[in-house]
Amino acid sequence: MHREEVVEGSPGGGARFAPGDAALVAPEGLDEMLAALARLGYETSGPTVRGGAVVPGPVASIEDLPAGWHDEQSPGRYRLEHGEDGSLFSWAVGPGSFKPELFPPVHELWQARRDGEGRVEFVAGRGSSRSKKRAFFGARPCELAALSVLDRVLVDCATPDPFYEGVRRGAVLVVAECGAPASTCFCTSMGGGPEAVAGFDLALTELTDGDHRFLVRVGSALGAEVLTLVTTRPVTAADVAAREAVTERARSAMDGRFDAAGLAELLAGNIEHPRWQEVSERCLACGNCTLVCPTCFCSDVRDTTDLSGTVHRTRSWASCFDRDHSYLHGGPVRVSVASRYRQWLTHKLSSWWDQFGTSGCVGCGRCITWCPVGIDMRAEAAAVCSPASPARHDRLAQPEPRRPTGADVPAGAEEKEALP
Amino acid sequence: MAPLPYRVTETQEEAPGVVTISISPLGTAIPAHRHGQFNMLTAFGLGESAISLSGSGPEGKLVHTVRDVGPVTSALCGARPGDVVGVRGPFGTGWGVEDGSFLEEGDVVVVAGGIGLAPLRGAISALVARRSAALEARTRSGNVCLVIGAREPQQLIFGDDLARWAAGGARVTVTVDIPDARWRGGVGLVTSHLGAAGFEVEGATALICGPEIMMRFTARGLVDAGVAPERIRVALERNMQCGLAWCGHCQLGPLLVCRDGPVVPYTDVVADLLVQRER
Repeated sequence: MHREEVVEGSPGGGARFAPGDAALVAPEGLDEMLAALARLGYETSGPTVRGGAVVPGPVASIEDLPAGWHDEQSPGRYRLEHGEDGSLFSWAVGPGSFKPELFPPVHELWQARRDGEGRVEFVAGRGSSRSKKRAFFGARPCELAALSVLDRVLVDCATPDPFYEGVRRGAVLVVAECGAPASTCFCTSMGGGPEAVAGFDLALTELTDGDHRFLVRVGSALGAEVLTLVTTRPVTAADVAAREAVTERARSAMDGRFDAAGLAELLAGNIEHPRWQEVSERCLACGNCTLVCPTCFCSDVRDTTDLSGTVHRTRSWASCFDRDHSYLHGGPVRVSVASRYRQWLTHKLSSWWDQFGTSGCVGCGRCITWCPVGIDMRAEAAAVCSPASPARHDRLAQPEPRRPTGADVPAGAEEKEALP
Repeated sequence: MAPLPYRVTETQEEAPGVVTISISPLGTAIPAHRHGQFNMLTAFGLGESAISLSGSGPEGKLVHTVRDVGPVTSALCGARPGDVVGVRGPFGTGWGVEDGSFLEEGDVVVVAGGIGLAPLRGAISALVARRSAALEARTRSGNVCLVIGAREPQQLIFGDDLARWAAGGARVTVTVDIPDARWRGGVGLVTSHLGAAGFEVEGATALICGPEIMMRFTARGLVDAGVAPERIRVALERNMQCGLAWCGHCQLGPLLVCRDGPVVPYTDVVADLLVQRER
């Protein structure tokens, strides 16, 4: 037990908590946390190992969590390996985000029955019946960032999506901060980081130096209520330092992987760049990137009629890589794969800002890992924003200057560049 | 997201494959619309389509002019009085003619191609009525100048309205690409008739609706003639499946057409969007 140097705002075992407090929890404490969530009536989803990947699934105890599993990711590649360390969160992100919990892949909006007189009676769709009291356990900070991006799309609009909003407002978010980012992770370039900053109920940091323990920070009154039901002990300065070491290591591993400064303007100004054609020769237009993306929100709205004559209106995930996504009477607007890839990438990194005042990319890297041909969108964005082609580059006495806004350049960038 | 049921009260064929349907609410009516906005119309069991409003009447009556281009629009065109359709809306931006400054600052030139006249119908009627009232009251008012184009004479819609607007003082130019033996109007694209539309460039406002290529050349022609780009409005069109800015299908560069459009000012950004392929 760490008795000395107890950090302020760290009440210890059996104590009451308030937002801003922190406490230490043993691995068994997470069991109590999951039990507490269930007792409070929450349906909890968290990281589970299924089909060779870490994906959200129902979790009731730490037995369900990916103990000892580590992921290795690179463009077009994802592998899980099992170690003996027993750590629960030593992986980055799997293909599944928590998006389907709030925005189901297929969601029946309503049913309508007609009587012989032509009168129509509407009934709520089957999609609306599931409990809206959900807990998202072990969500990464980039998941949190993705939810705040989706909030802007589906809640901060003239007509909020009632299902999304209902789940979102009722959800408990237990974040697991990142200690083991993958090579595909670049959240620090997109304004995020391995730490949970705001918008969480509880934030866990797994500490494996010395005894296996979790530093838990309280982000809300609800989080405090949950933590009150868990056996805790006080946080020491050494624990705080250990947490900082974990997140700092993760941050420095990711820093500088992608230069997003001024990218929105550069992409908008390079709509006719030859790189779109070049990447389209590799892109399969399979839509995997949009399926794994935690912020992609496009959907199709379709009506079907069953044999009884009842009409069902269903909303299902759509991808801008589908030819019919841009269908207008007569045919699709975006026929070529080049135009569809351009739509996806410019939307994520550029026009999302125009539409919703934020980037559409949180830097989780899923689209890179799960692209079957390993297209790295960071490389594509950088290529589109550089001079048009090598040939043109050679002809010019000097390369075309980039237009970084300056405000987006991280502090200390110059020093880093000066290093040998 | 459930549509409100409306009963079809009247249908009228405007041209081959183009039908105007009037509908009235069976219960609750949708909120009042502005000219240029659109509704999502449901043909039960088939689906939903974005259709611009081309008029309205007492007791919640709504008028839509529909071109048969797919299963939903085909069912709407084939609807009979008494049939029930679903309505959600109104959605999007309008032409802005509810703003009293229209006509006060100068002429309004309206350029429509084909079915593009449908979303302009209410706006033109409002402008013509306002000009008539101004003339009666002997107050200053700009002219309403219409340049209406269609591929062939039989594809011209709203013939009665054109006569009514002309009688109300509007300067009406009608042109077709392919005339027949009986055609006495103009021949050629609307862009070649802008000069003869009879509007004063100074202070003019332009409303344009038609195929993208037509809007692109018309807007460019008007700018070349001296009309200020910020006083030109165009109506954009993209796939729309929700009308609520949720579904993402109506993206056009920085715009979500159902939310930021369909009517947008002809800014540099919009001018570029109309030029760039496959946006």
